[in-house]
Amino acid sequence: MTILNDPVSAKLGDRAQLSYIASQAADARLNVELETEGMTLNIGPQHPATHGTLRIIARLDGEQVLWAEPSCGYMHRGYEKLTEVRSFPQVTSLINRIDWLGSFANEVPFILAAEKLMGVEAPPRAQWIRTILFELSRIANVSLFLGDLGVQLGAITPVFMAFRDREYVLNLIESATGGRFHPNFDRIGGLKDDLPAGWIDETKVVMKKLRNFCDEIESLLFGNEIFQSRTRGIGVIPRDVAMQYGLSGANLRASGVDWDLRRDQDSPMAWNKVDFKVWTHPDGDSFARCWVRLQETREATKIVDQLLDGIPAGPVMAKVPKIIKVPEGEAWVSTENPLGEMGYYVVSRGDSGPFRVKIRSASFNNISITPWLLRGVYVPDIITILASLYFILGDIDR
Amino acid sequence: MLSLFAVEIPYWGQSLLRVLGGLVAVLLPAGTIVYVFLFKMMSFMQSRLGPMEAGPYGSMQLFAEVGKWLQKEDIQPDNADKRIFRMAPIVVLMSTFLLVAVVPFGPDAWFTDFETGVFYALAVSSISVLGILMAGWSSANKYSLLGGLRAAGQLIAYELPMVLAVIGVVIQAETMNLQQIVVAQNAGSIFGTDIVGNPYVLTQFVGFVVFMIAVQAELTQAPFDMPIAESELVSGYMTEYSGFRFLIFFIGEFATAGVFAMIASTLFLGGWGVPFSWFGWTTMDSVDNWMNVAGPLIVFTKMMVLVFLIMWIRFSYPRFREDQLQRFAWKVLIPISLANIMVTAVLKVAF
Amino acid sequence: MVNQLSSPAETTPVVDTVRDQVLADVQATLGAAVVDSLVKPGDDIWIRVSTLSWNESMKKLQAMGFDYFCFLSAIDWLPSPFGRGEDDPTEPAPERDTTIRPGYTGGDTRMQILVRVVNSRTHVGINVKTDVPNEVYTVDSIANVFAGANWHEREAHEMFGIGFVGHPDLRNMYLPTDFEGFPMRKDFPLLARMVKPWPGIVDVEPLPGGDAESEEAS
Repeated sequence: MTILNDPVSAKLGDRAQLSYIASQAADARLNVELETEGMTLNIGPQHPATHGTLRIIARLDGEQVLWAEPSCGYMHRGYEKLTEVRSFPQVTSLINRIDWLGSFANEVPFILAAEKLMGVEAPPRAQWIRTILFELSRIANVSLFLGDLGVQLGAITPVFMAFRDREYVLNLIESATGGRFHPNFDRIGGLKDDLPAGWIDETKVVMKKLRNFCDEIESLLFGNEIFQSRTRGIGVIPRDVAMQYGLSGANLRASGVDWDLRRDQDSPMAWNKVDFKVWTHPDGDSFARCWVRLQETREATKIVDQLLDGIPAGPVMAKVPKIIKVPEGEAWVSTENPLGEMGYYVVSRGDSGPFRVKIRSASFNNISITPWLLRGVYVPDIITILASLYFILGDIDR
Repeated sequence: MLSLFAVEIPYWGQSLLRVLGGLVAVLLPAGTIVYVFLFKMMSFMQSRLGPMEAGPYGSMQLFAEVGKWLQKEDIQPDNADKRIFRMAPIVVLMSTFLLVAVVPFGPDAWFTDFETGVFYALAVSSISVLGILMAGWSSANKYSLLGGLRAAGQLIAYELPMVLAVIGVVIQAETMNLQQIVVAQNAGSIFGTDIVGNPYVLTQFVGFVVFMIAVQAELTQAPFDMPIAESELVSGYMTEYSGFRFLIFFIGEFATAGVFAMIASTLFLGGWGVPFSWFGWTTMDSVDNWMNVAGPLIVFTKMMVLVFLIMWIRFSYPRFREDQLQRFAWKVLIPISLANIMVTAVLKVAF
Repeated sequence: MVNQLSSPAETTPVVDTVRDQVLADVQATLGAAVVDSLVKPGDDIWIRVSTLSWNESMKKLQAMGFDYFCFLSAIDWLPSPFGRGEDDPTEPAPERDTTIRPGYTGGDTRMQILVRVVNSRTHVGINVKTDVPNEVYTVDSIANVFAGANWHEREAHEMFGIGFVGHPDLRNMYLPTDFEGFPMRKDFPLLARMVKPWPGIVDVEPLPGGDAESEEAS
């Protein structure tokens, strides 16, 4: 803490003193192991259960948690600082890697924000294909979640089915964009390329397979009584708490809030051209969150089917200058990403690159609720709750 | 069995044969179970092939695994209680060997013939609890401790349904001698017909189900694998073990599964025998000598069937939480098995 | 969303009645706390509130119906003295403009806090900015208003060095405890670009099916 060394804040008022002292005390609390009661258990950062390097410090009393707190930052890559030295097209290759399972979905809000600032609209064909790839990335992301959910709870078989069926989607994404995990396909003004021949029919076949997969998982995992007894009533998040913490995506809809950015927001993408159902669940427990995600995956396959039937013909790229300079302004765009609401607040100064990009990632807010949520639960429930909240480390730590 | 060869073998020779036989009786099922169920069946259920490289269809994978574990470094944590740390795997495996000593493999192919075989079997099966506790405590690792404590609670809780389920069999057979139980099943008749003998799985169906559930819990297999819960505790009480000691735990897990299945097949499915009426035998003495060779094969087959059940459930179900597990044992299984005993006793007297 | 490039003939400005009404309601509720405001039709609402009324204003906004907390962050308006990391280290550093020019809704200070809250019933969001005083970078914490602001304020504190008075647990989110400096401030250099400056933009792709003579440094 070098506030006192900062020449600007050398003249400290009472308020700065207070905040500095508070931060020092908080640090001290964390670093001292108070062995007066209970056992302090460190889950992670290397652990089979956490989706990456998340460290949870839990104070236990037997099997019950007295308090638990995630300690993030093992994967912090400094994205917001990195965007300041990159040009606008270069930023997309960077932000692909925030949520690496549904990578295409990360690029879209940023590209839309840049297009908003430039006043450029991508041609309809590009918007439709963007939406299709967006939904495919959602399917790829959430189908892994469904498999992983089983492993967290002890059912080791569904994960293999998930990976097997996810391969089809990844192959589709690869044939269209050239990259399985990091497509880097979106460009300001449209897409890099058009779809390959035969892709549409292939995708229809794959969507059928994915629907079968959803049905399989529903009967194998969700119908299982042990799964239900492990997830029902665990980690209930009431609606107003979810609002305060900024939970988004399936976590919010599982608490009964009927809010889906695809339906409730004006967007140039093609979601308003298709019919889809927004799934909610009144309970707000872990089962609700998992169940909502399952239904959303199935719904995504139906969205892709509808979109495939109606792709308009035309170019995939609008006329944009070769060296892109975005005029001065600020823009906020957020979309309904697989993990939740992901948004970018882009500040531009008329340069070739952004002045400041604030990346609002869904998992950061989703996990910020865990200190409140994990008091009083059992150790196995920590895993269940984290599994149901579903986060990607790159999304939390950026 | 010795009369089969009509050869006088000195006493030390007999003991040597018994020791070798015991090793084979424990390790052969363990190896077969690991290969058939863990490598192949689990893979097929998960739509993959499993090990295919080592030997034809991966049949030598087991030896490759053993070799791999043997050549690993033996790491012992600094803070670990060294003596207990080293003893724990041996205690766990020891209980398996003790258990297989009472399983009869044929009319004359047995290791020991206790009058109180059932009592002895249930008693020594709980020695592994000690081994697990020793492993969990001495590892100087909070995860292992959690796993060991969970295991202690779970294994002791599920001892009771196991014992109570077997009491029904004992009541029906009127003896605790495992050899006599086999004979009683195969020589008996059910509903007036002796086509299938009297396997106690038919009359003691409730006891069989309770026993199999309790066995699943005693082996800490899913859905009762809280002590090993891989996604939480890495390996629970086995976390700090490496190399040869881990191999002993590994073998012990599957060997115990095999031996428990053998006990279950002896108690419920008729053990080494086929219904005596098929060959016109009436009592134990009239059984032919070739049964001493066929008996072990029959036990092996029945064991594989039961282990298939155990493994199938293991690969399909998520795991119970510790308190749900305990609730299941104390509030569901024990009352059911007590009711089973009462009904058996009443029916025994009535019929 | 208006495509200004495609229809230059449209001269009548788009009017966003919903957002205008929302802004009017907000100004009525917050009163003098609102220093400046902006509505981009069809896009978004920005307001800037005075620093002393920060906590009060957020409470009032929450009571008005803006109950969904989206994010809290900060913007450092100082132009980076290192440019875009393309300076040749052997040459003297070029002269750069150091005037602080804030963006929408203006600002009087170097740094500003930016918060977005959304009304979950009407789905209208509002971006709220406030100045961080230049003499001492401290504002009030809104963790007692929106519980989710807790983590966001921790991140803003460690990245920008802004203190939050009243925050229950202000420690580092991502950086190690003994990290010195505040990385997101513009005068904190990006080490990777200090070590090896970017050699200019050489990666502009040709348009699909188009000409390939486009590589040119900016």
